[in-house]
Amino acid sequence: MTGTVGTRAVLPFGTGLRRRAASLRLRELTLLPAIGLAMLAGALVSDAFLTADNLLNILQQSSELSVVVIAESLILIAGKFDLSLESVVGLSPMLGAWLIVKDTEVGGSGLGLNGFAAILIVLASGAAIGVVNGFLVVRMRLNAFIVTLAMLILLRGITLGLTNGKTLFGLPPEFLYLGTAKWAGVPVSIWIAALLYLLFGLFLRYHRTGRAIYAIGGNAEAARAAGIQVERVTWGVFVVGGLLSALAGLMLTGRIASVVTTQGQNMIFYVFAAAVIGGISLNGGRGRLLGALTGVLLLGILQNVLTLAQIAAFWIDAAYGAIILVALILARVTGGTAQDV
Amino acid sequence: MPNGAPHSVAETIAVSKRFGASQALREVSIAIPAGDSRALVGRNGAGKSTLVGVLTGLTAPDSGLVRLAGEDAPNLAERRRWRERVACVYQKSTVISTLTVAENLFLNAHPTIGGRWINWSALHRRAKRVLEEWGLEIDVTLDAARLSVEQRHIVEIARALLQGTRFIILDEPTAELEAREVARLFERIRHLQKGGVTFLYISHHLEEIYEVCRSVTVLRDGAVVANAPLDAMPKQRVVAAMVGEAEGAGARGRRGALPGRAAGAGGPDATPALEVRGLRLADAVENVSFAIAPGECVGLAGLVGSGKEKVADMLVGLLRPDGGEIAAAGAVLRPGRVRDAQRKGIGYVPRDRHARGIVPHLSVAENLTMTIPERLGPAGVVWPAEQARQAGRIVASLQIVAASTEQPIGELSGGNQQKAVVGRALASAPKVLVLVYPTQGVDIASKAALFGIVANARAGGTAVLIVSDDLDELTVCDRVLVIFKGRLVGGFGAEWEDRELVAAIEGIGAQ
Repeated sequence: MTGTVGTRAVLPFGTGLRRRAASLRLRELTLLPAIGLAMLAGALVSDAFLTADNLLNILQQSSELSVVVIAESLILIAGKFDLSLESVVGLSPMLGAWLIVKDTEVGGSGLGLNGFAAILIVLASGAAIGVVNGFLVVRMRLNAFIVTLAMLILLRGITLGLTNGKTLFGLPPEFLYLGTAKWAGVPVSIWIAALLYLLFGLFLRYHRTGRAIYAIGGNAEAARAAGIQVERVTWGVFVVGGLLSALAGLMLTGRIASVVTTQGQNMIFYVFAAAVIGGISLNGGRGRLLGALTGVLLLGILQNVLTLAQIAAFWIDAAYGAIILVALILARVTGGTAQDV
Repeated sequence: MPNGAPHSVAETIAVSKRFGASQALREVSIAIPAGDSRALVGRNGAGKSTLVGVLTGLTAPDSGLVRLAGEDAPNLAERRRWRERVACVYQKSTVISTLTVAENLFLNAHPTIGGRWINWSALHRRAKRVLEEWGLEIDVTLDAARLSVEQRHIVEIARALLQGTRFIILDEPTAELEAREVARLFERIRHLQKGGVTFLYISHHLEEIYEVCRSVTVLRDGAVVANAPLDAMPKQRVVAAMVGEAEGAGARGRRGALPGRAAGAGGPDATPALEVRGLRLADAVENVSFAIAPGECVGLAGLVGSGKEKVADMLVGLLRPDGGEIAAAGAVLRPGRVRDAQRKGIGYVPRDRHARGIVPHLSVAENLTMTIPERLGPAGVVWPAEQARQAGRIVASLQIVAASTEQPIGELSGGNQQKAVVGRALASAPKVLVLVYPTQGVDIASKAALFGIVANARAGGTAVLIVSDDLDELTVCDRVLVIFKGRLVGGFGAEWEDRELVAAIEGIGAQ
């Protein structure tokens, strides 16, 4: 395309493009040194760290978080906010399991729904919650923070109420498949997360709607004037966010072979931490999924290292929080250009 | 007064101010005697705002002297002393809408108990007394959010009076008001005038100044060109002073910036590129109809708040009209749908490129191709190579100066950003191009380049609508329609005189 530009006013394109590409790549890789450092620390702390089993374990444990991070990143890039995603991670699988379990004594509905139908309901309920969030935020123009905070509490409450606080066991294998099966020796949840990162990464970069999400988050008025259907796209982002979170919940349920009423609780903090450390701007319009993925991996490795280092269980959260703060500061400092973290 | 001279509440002596290349004020000397009510008029860019800035101590003059209440003006840093002598009520309200009227009046100067605790009953009592004293009837316990625009202005005036100010500058207070509200505001102003308050009144609505003012100062190109009692200044003389005799005397029209309109224009029975029939928007636009032929350039001129930008918003689908019909090349647009307007051939260059034009940290390529996603690849896919190619074509043809099409557009100069916004509108090969103040805030060279781009588009058969009240922008038009208070009130052919057009824009009616 350099050939099409022949005016003197324009600088040679090739060099500019290459420079730009280089700087972009650099920004996405800001966290690599930190990840390297964390892995080095892990190797020093325990011989068990650098084993294939442990590394796969880290990836699998990060897979659910990473899927919710995709959901939140989409919403953040569009300039909105969703705190309720972690409650979807809990409620949607609980709803599915509740419909499956026949015994009302242990908290089931007594309906005995087929496992595959239940999976559909899990996903549909996640999307439906997204529809409601989108309606409240986009159509009724309520503040996204407070709407999704209320939804966070409401949905968690429904999860508790549904089974009177009981944990549901005895779920059919198809319902647990995503968290238990392995393809080529690698857990399915890792494959799914990787596939979703690839798909959504390409979607955000190479699809019209993906680019529209960036434009809306960058300047919604300009996007509207350019003919982008701001309301529809934003609403859609909430729906996809809910759907992905329900999927993440299903993966989590499969891994622990039951649904606890606290499933996904407090996850949203790590979702935000991973996204923001990874360069997704809370102000909208900036950041890439590749960066968010490095954020997820850093958090996953840190948690693993802290566990292996046998930090007293009661202090693990404090250490984790402190490290997230340091990571944020580092991301800010090494990010170079003003990145509104 | 100590020197026995007549008391002036405000006086400037040979004040000059330069911003970069433009001389905003040239040796401006005015004196406003106590009890006067002075109108300050001039075209956009004549220096009114700068003069207000100098008089309120927000702008330091390069040379000259400002005197307030017969003394040399205080140091710029002494805001409190300025506020005691002069207050300005801007078009944009500075009332805090979440607080009550009383709190707004005593902002940060609440009556207290023991110097610390707010004495609410005294606050309300004193606020009520102040308003009553000046004959202003507003419930002081009301949230300011519930006030009308006119009442907000009154609260701001009352706040100034409370601080002891007896000289108040009103900067286009009526731009957003309805006729009834304007009448009420004027009644208050006249009442306050009787009480000894001096006003400096800035307005684009010339007929208004005759209602409330006694004298007028006319600025043109930063200099005072007239300074007289209004009795001696009929409207036509005011307009003549604003426009300038020399310029106003000669006819003006298309000044060679464009080729003749023959280019691309169809015969008399050809379908118009744009046809507007009975367009209506509640409280803003009333029964506006016009048509533009392919290749024709039409100006839509009017004051701020005249409805001209509302018309533009309806044409491009950002605003849904309450009635009427818009057709592009015969195809009727679905009301309020930007995408539909785009598909049917309406291109849009918004007035404020920062608010509506660009997404600053996205690349030039991305911004340029925002209106043509379907051309960048199949099934919604955006091929970066195709995007760069399409953008590169626009960059080259409009000579946009950028390091590359991957550079964030926010890093470009204002003129190049504006070219990009125009380029984007043209990317979809529109039948009609709607430009709102297309050269506002761009340098002279870019201005000429932008007009060149528009001329090329016209030569290709695109109809152009320029929405503006900047005479330079309207110069390139084949004809100019004037809108006043939501209605089309006149039309001018290719040859118009500045004075006539300005008079029509100001609502005086062409002679």
